[in-house]
Amino acid sequence: MTDIIKEHMLSNFEKGVRFDGRKFDEYRKVSVEYGVSAKSAEGSAMVTIGDTVVVAGVKLEVGTPFPDTPDQGALMVNAELLPLSSPKFEAGPPSIYSIELSRVIDRAVRESHYVDFEKLCIKKAEKCWIVMIDIYPLNDAGNLWDAAALAALAALKDVKYPEFDGEKIDYSKKTKTPLPLTHMPISITVMKIGNKIIIDPTTAEEEVIDSRLTVGISEEGEVCSMQKGGNQGLTIEEIDTMVELVIKKAKELRSVFKK
Amino acid sequence: MAYDKRFDGRKFDELRPIEAKVGVVKNATGSASFRIGKTWAYAAVYGPREMYPKFKQDPEKGILRCNYNMLAFSGSGDRVRPGTSRRSKEISMVTEKALLPVLDLSAFPGAVIDVFIELIQTDSGTRCAGICAAAMALADAGIPMKDIVSSIAVGVIDGKIAVDVNKEEEDYEDGMADIATAMTTRNGKVTLLQIDGFAKKDELKKALEAAHKACEKIKVIQIKALKDKYKVNAK
Repeated sequence: MTDIIKEHMLSNFEKGVRFDGRKFDEYRKVSVEYGVSAKSAEGSAMVTIGDTVVVAGVKLEVGTPFPDTPDQGALMVNAELLPLSSPKFEAGPPSIYSIELSRVIDRAVRESHYVDFEKLCIKKAEKCWIVMIDIYPLNDAGNLWDAAALAALAALKDVKYPEFDGEKIDYSKKTKTPLPLTHMPISITVMKIGNKIIIDPTTAEEEVIDSRLTVGISEEGEVCSMQKGGNQGLTIEEIDTMVELVIKKAKELRSVFKK
Repeated sequence: MAYDKRFDGRKFDELRPIEAKVGVVKNATGSASFRIGKTWAYAAVYGPREMYPKFKQDPEKGILRCNYNMLAFSGSGDRVRPGTSRRSKEISMVTEKALLPVLDLSAFPGAVIDVFIELIQTDSGTRCAGICAAAMALADAGIPMKDIVSSIAVGVIDGKIAVDVNKEEEDYEDGMADIATAMTTRNGKVTLLQIDGFAKKDELKKALEAAHKACEKIKVIQIKALKDKYKVNAK
């Protein structure tokens, strides 16, 4: 089945056509809504890319810093592929896809130094804020990689601390203090099908990819995280082209997230 | 202290603002979103599809399988741990029982109809919002139904009947009875009934009558949302 579709897709690619009529480097319409769970979560956002919808929420807790980073807060990223969002996903323990997804996003957030972890420390080696991001697709129409990363980043931007008296958190009262954030990274995934490099794949395209590269890019256009996926290799030249494309697209996407 | 005025200024029979939408999950056979005040539920129906493992199949009719889940960040306190809990399993079960009386599954032997309910934001009445959304999603999926199921939680607070209680009222300091109901309004039958707290016999009767009236109002909104999906020039 996928072989036939792939053949058809590739012959169309030769004519420069994607199934939905987009250009190879064209994104579907991206939008973000902040505070979708403002009553419950400390920060939340819903990101829509075409028909793909992802919601992310941030909860803050106070805990003990890790022994190897006693003067820093902690971060936890979790993505759960809800069976609600696609007939492909089944209930049960996390699949390797959801684990990879959350670890790739974790890396983009952590390595870009988007969150200033030292400012999350309350008392050295005793108390710190723990930032917990939970990501859920509500409809998977392709490119969960980017939608999930963007939802997580936007949710962090939306965070307001709950009231904390040094002992207990009062979740019913929110302060006006946002998280200590620096420059927001953007995470974009590029796919290779046949000899073509495409961006923002649909589900049909995702099913036939040869290789995949997810790139986290800083505001200055520096690479801060990367993950290669798929069953085929990439040449150094191809990687170079992909990164160049990501840098160009990151600038466009950034404007959507101006708050 | 008598409870004469509701915390959020609503009338005692007044519902919180409701927003209902159908077709929110494009991948699903049917789907709906139901917002009541700050409680926000998503429901998606997949199926009828073949039931696995096979020994769970019913050769005479389709099986309804509901799954209620709160997103980890949607609780009112700490993060909710992902995965099923005793609470979510029980709510999934009562949701099934609330919906089953209106469904005709005889056309789908060996099949399962999966209903996934996810709570994005919560402020009490989550199982009721979930049932309202699930009923709309089932109708959207084209499953034969005799009626729509509408659901609401009614509180008995200091002898007063308060329709559609929120979290603040649920935590009322002198205690209250939280009555979660679901109804098939056409024949006036109650398909979900769970009570937490004390209520006198006549208070219970009044509460159920109030719930019936509220469900009639909700039903109008549910049906409007279903029809709106097929409106010509719908935006």
